[in-house]
Formats: sequence, C-alpha cells, structure tokens
Amino acid sequence: MSALLDVRALTKRFPVRGSERRVHAVDDVSFTIERGESVGLVGESGCGKSTLVRLVTRLLDPSDGRIVFAGRDVGVIPPAQFTHAPERRLIQMVFQDPADSLNPRFTAFDTIAEPLRRLGTPAQRAALADHVAELADLVGLPRELLGRFPHQLSGGQQQRVGIARAIALRPRLLVLDEPTSALDVSVQATILHLLAELRDRLGMSYLFVSHDLNLVRLLTDRVLVMYLGKIVESGRSEEVFDRPAHPYTRALMSAVPAPDPAARRARIALVGEPRSPIDPPPTVCRFHGRCPDGVERCTREMPVLRPGPAADHLAACHFGFAVGAPAQGSGARRSGGEPAA
Amino acid sequence: MSALLRHGRYVLGENPVTAVAFGLFVVLILLALVGPSLAPHDPLASDTARKLEPPSARYWFGTDQVGRDILSRVLVATRLDLAISLSAVTLSFVVGSGLGASAGFFGGWTDRIVTRVTDTIMAFPLFVLAMAIVAALGNTLANIVYATAIINLPFYARMARAEVNVRREAGFVEAARLSGNGSARILTVHVFPNCLPPMMVQASLNLGWAILNAAGLSFIGLGVRPPTPEWGIMVAEGAAFIVSGEWWIALFPGLALMLAVFCFNLLGDGLRDLIDPRRRT
Ligand SMILES: Nc1ncnc2c1ncn2[C@@H]1O[C@H](COP(=O)(O)OP(=O)(O)O)[C@@H](O)[C@H]1O
Ligand code: SF4
Ligand SMILES: [Mg+2]
Repeated sequence: MSALLDVRALTKRFPVRGSERRVHAVDDVSFTIERGESVGLVGESGCGKSTLVRLVTRLLDPSDGRIVFAGRDVGVIPPAQFTHAPERRLIQMVFQDPADSLNPRFTAFDTIAEPLRRLGTPAQRAALADHVAELADLVGLPRELLGRFPHQLSGGQQQRVGIARAIALRPRLLVLDEPTSALDVSVQATILHLLAELRDRLGMSYLFVSHDLNLVRLLTDRVLVMYLGKIVESGRSEEVFDRPAHPYTRALMSAVPAPDPAARRARIALVGEPRSPIDPPPTVCRFHGRCPDGVERCTREMPVLRPGPAADHLAACHFGFAVGAPAQGSGARRSGGEPAA
Repeated sequence: MSALLRHGRYVLGENPVTAVAFGLFVVLILLALVGPSLAPHDPLASDTARKLEPPSARYWFGTDQVGRDILSRVLVATRLDLAISLSAVTLSFVVGSGLGASAGFFGGWTDRIVTRVTDTIMAFPLFVLAMAIVAALGNTLANIVYATAIINLPFYARMARAEVNVRREAGFVEAARLSGNGSARILTVHVFPNCLPPMMVQASLNLGWAILNAAGLSFIGLGVRPPTPEWGIMVAEGAAFIVSGEWWIALFPGLALMLAVFCFNLLGDGLRDLIDPRRRT
C-alpha cells in the first residue's frame, strides 16, 4: 500500500513586502508518512516548520511541489475548495497556542461540535450532544466543563478541547504543531500521554512538530530535521538521535540534557548568525557560516540528501556519513567569511 | 438566557456609572415611546398672550417666543431625535462594518476600494459634508438620516477593518477552516462577532455624535423644519433670546441634548462588557 502522505519537492515562498524578493520558507521538501506512523519535525524557530504543516493541512497554497494524500494529489486544490474535499476531515491539526486556537465566543461544547456540524455524517449530527460528550471523555475533559468559554478553562483544559475538536472527525493524519510548548511544564506530560494514548486507540498517523528532542524521540518512529526551509536529515528516531550525521543535528543533540550522564555529549556551540531565508544562494549550504565543519566546498555546492549506512537514514551534508569527515566541532577547517566567534 | 441576565446584573452592579447610563437610556427610550402622552400641553399650540414666560408651576420649563410649552416640546422631541440618531447609526454600523470587515478579511482589491471610499469621505469636514448632502438631496427626514449615516460610515469601516485584520490569522480562524467553514462563514460566524465588543463602544459614542449632528443640521436650518419639536431647532430658536435674558428657551432642550449625548457616551463601555463573554465570570 502506498504511503498515507507523500510530499514531493514541496516549496513555499512568501513575497517580501515592496520587493521582488522571496522568503524561502519551505524549499524543496520531500518526505512520506505511513499509515499509523508518527513522524517528528524538529528545527529552530523560523526554520519553516509551521509553514510546512500549514501546507500539509491545506491552510496554505504551495508555490511548488506535490502533496499526495491517500493516493490523491490534494496540493492542487485551493484552500477554499479543500474545505469541501473528502480529505478535509481526514487531515486535522492541534495548534500550538490553545488559547489562540479557540474562538473566545464559543463554549467548549460548540468548539468540539463545530467540525461535526460542518463535516459530520447525518448520524453524527443527529446525536451531536452524545458525540461531543464522548469526545470529552476521550480527551479527559470533565463533561461539566463543556458549557464553559475558553477563558474559563485552564491551559491544559483548553488544549484538551483543541484535541477533541481535532479528533472529532476521526482524522487519519493528525498534525501537532508544538502542542505542549505553550503549556505549563506540569501539564505537558499529561497532554503528551493523552496524545500517545489517542494515537494507539484511534490508529492515526502523527506529524509531530516540537522543539523538545527528548519528546520527539519518545513519541515518534521517524524524525525530520529542518534547517532554513530544508530537511537536512531524516531517519528512524533512534538512529538519528544516536548517530546524528548532519552537523546541525549534532549541535541540536549536544544541547539536549541527556537522561544518562554517560551518554552526554560535549556541547557544540553554534556561532554566527543564521543565513537569511530571503532568496538564499542556491549553491551554498544553508548551514554554512554557522557550521563548525564548513569548508570552501560548502559555498560552491549545495549538499543533497544522501543515504547513510542505516536504512532510511538521510543527511544533506558533504561530510555527513563520509569516512574521514572533519572532526565534529573542530572548527579547524572553517572557511573564511563567517563572523568571528 | 438566565446566565445572560445574571451577567447583565453583574456588569451593572460592578460599575455604577454604567448603571446610571443604562438607567438614563431606559428613561430616554421610555420618553421616546410615551413622551407625547406625558406632555402637559400641546407642543404645537401657540398662545401669543403667554409668550416668553419663565419657568413656573404651570409651565415648568417656561414658554417660547410664540407661547408654546417648552416642557411638552422637549418631551415630544425625544422620539424624533432618538429615531434619527439610532437609525443613522444602525445604518452606518451595518453598512460600514460590513464593508470594513470584508476589506480586512479579504484584502486585495476589496480592501483597496473600501479604503479609497472611506478616505474620500474622511477628506471632507464631516459636518460640512452632511450639510452638502442634505442641501443637495433635499431637506427630508430620510436625507438627514442618510447624511448622518454617510459621515459616520468611515469610522465603522476603519474600525471593523482593523479589528478583523488582527484576527484573520488567529489560530481559531485556521481551526475554523479545518472544521469545514468557508470564508464567508469564518468571517460572519467566527471573526466578526469577536470584533463586536470594541465596536459597540464606537457605536454608542457615535449615537451621541449623531444626535448632535442631526440637531446641528436643524440648528442651521437644514434639518427638521419648524414648528416640529426637535432639540436642535429649539436651541437654535432660543439662542436669539439668551441675550435678552430668556435663557430657558435654549437651556432645556440643550440640557436634554447634553443628557442624551452623555448617556450614550457612558453606555459604550457597559455595552462592551455585556456582550463580551470574556468578562463573564
Ligand atoms: N505569511 C507569511 N508571510 C511572509 N513570511 C512568512 C509567513 N509565514 C511565515 N513566514 C516566514 O517563513 C519563515 C518560516 O516561518 P515558520 O514556518 O513560522 O517557522 P517555524 O514554525 O519553524 O518557527 C520565517 O522566516 C517567517 O518569517
Ligand atoms: S555541507 Fe558543509 S556547511 Fe553544510 S552542513 Fe555539511 S559541512 Fe556544514
Ligand atoms: Mg512555528
């Protein structure tokens, strides 16, 4: 069977106000998500994660590339028409900021009922109250809170409402854009636990965006590492986390407090400013200038994703899996041009 | 419904100024409804023998230059003044916020046209524009309402545009799209109702302004025509007598006008609190 989601060479460029230039928010990105699979998407703020998930959830029009969902190219359907496409109910999303994602004038009940009212089957609409109550139970929201407005709920309760809305139509792909980063640390764990449980119960695929690499490792089967609009590394989560091949992934990993002190890596500090996402030169590695391993070749030739020794593990660096790659963090082979540390 | 009543009581209880404004508003509405039957005398009947009488037990507010009872005229005028301002404000609220909300939501050429129209209106001194419209279209009640509505329109259009603009990319708008709402529904059901609370403040401030505008038109002879009782005309007619000491002719309709403007201006914040669920406990 083909993959549930097959994204090919997806590209999104935003015009820069008052000029011909473009922000390359998502640049030639390809990946797949299998049925029931959880895929993590990591990368620093501004690298294009939200733009990528908005393309996949069809809230934004791609500039180029294809989004094939369950065998159909849905990328060509304009967002306004996608509202009425049969795939609409199958691709849903949980937002980063639960307060912002709930209509202040809708009670929890109305918010959860909205997708059922708009896109539900006649049977679902007939037994709306029962369905909403069931969904509340499913996400652990006390039924007596259904009459409340968002401002009368805690952050964790708000996010439960957001999750109930997202799973109301039993989507096959649930996109989670940093679903816990706006919540108190104490609530994060319970929400993540809930998400893991729901995935197993409902058999959904997840595209899980997060800053927190430990979470991604725990919750996902595969991970995509993004840097300035491009996927720079992808592979099975343990593989990528245990043997990161791209200098950027290595730097990310070194910043994570590892649970096991023996496994703790020397921290790789990234120096220099990231490159501008506005019309970046097509032949220069996007990480060049911050990369501790960058050499002159990296300014002449854009590295492409290439497979390593492990199945399914790809990295876009000239020296990623290469024997005799520059020692990590050495900085000895830095080419000129980057700002001094 | 009972929750709404409880909320209403809460808002009024928390805020005595709002309570006073609401009380005044209720009085104004009642006067508009039953004013004519409360009037002790015929507001149009002149009696030259009793002209320019100062306030007395018989004529509480005195009589004017042709001997009409000022109290009766002030009471009867309430209906007309409120009707003009309420219908003008309603009209410009509906049209202006519809245009502004579409401009803010859809952007592009819709936005450019609406912005151009509102900027053009705003380029005129607004009262002069209202005068010109009434002078050109004819001195009828409907034209006074239209003129007042047109000069108020840019405020609503601009405000709705700005309020919609800050919400059009909110998470709940994207969520509404994921839930199967089309653009029109997102705007009317999800975005616009959230813009209502701040717009209510503007609407009630505008009511005061609309009353003044209608009275102003009458004052310069372009609005309601004598001998119809209307606060603006009465102030205009009375103004000439202030120098000769007959202050009551202009004072009482002027006070009524001021009270109405005062009431609407105070009402705004209370109205916002009433319709904003976030202020609900
Ligand atoms: N609507 C937009 N118009 C113009 N630029 C945008 C828009 N949305 C995002 N961008 C730009 O695209 C890049 C990626 O942003 P985003 O996808 O939000 O990143 P992330 O979610 O990883 O923090 C940023 O440089 C951002 O400024
Ligand atoms: S290609 Fe060069 S600059 Fe880019 S990540 Fe690899 S070593 Fe660093
Ligand atoms: Mg983001």
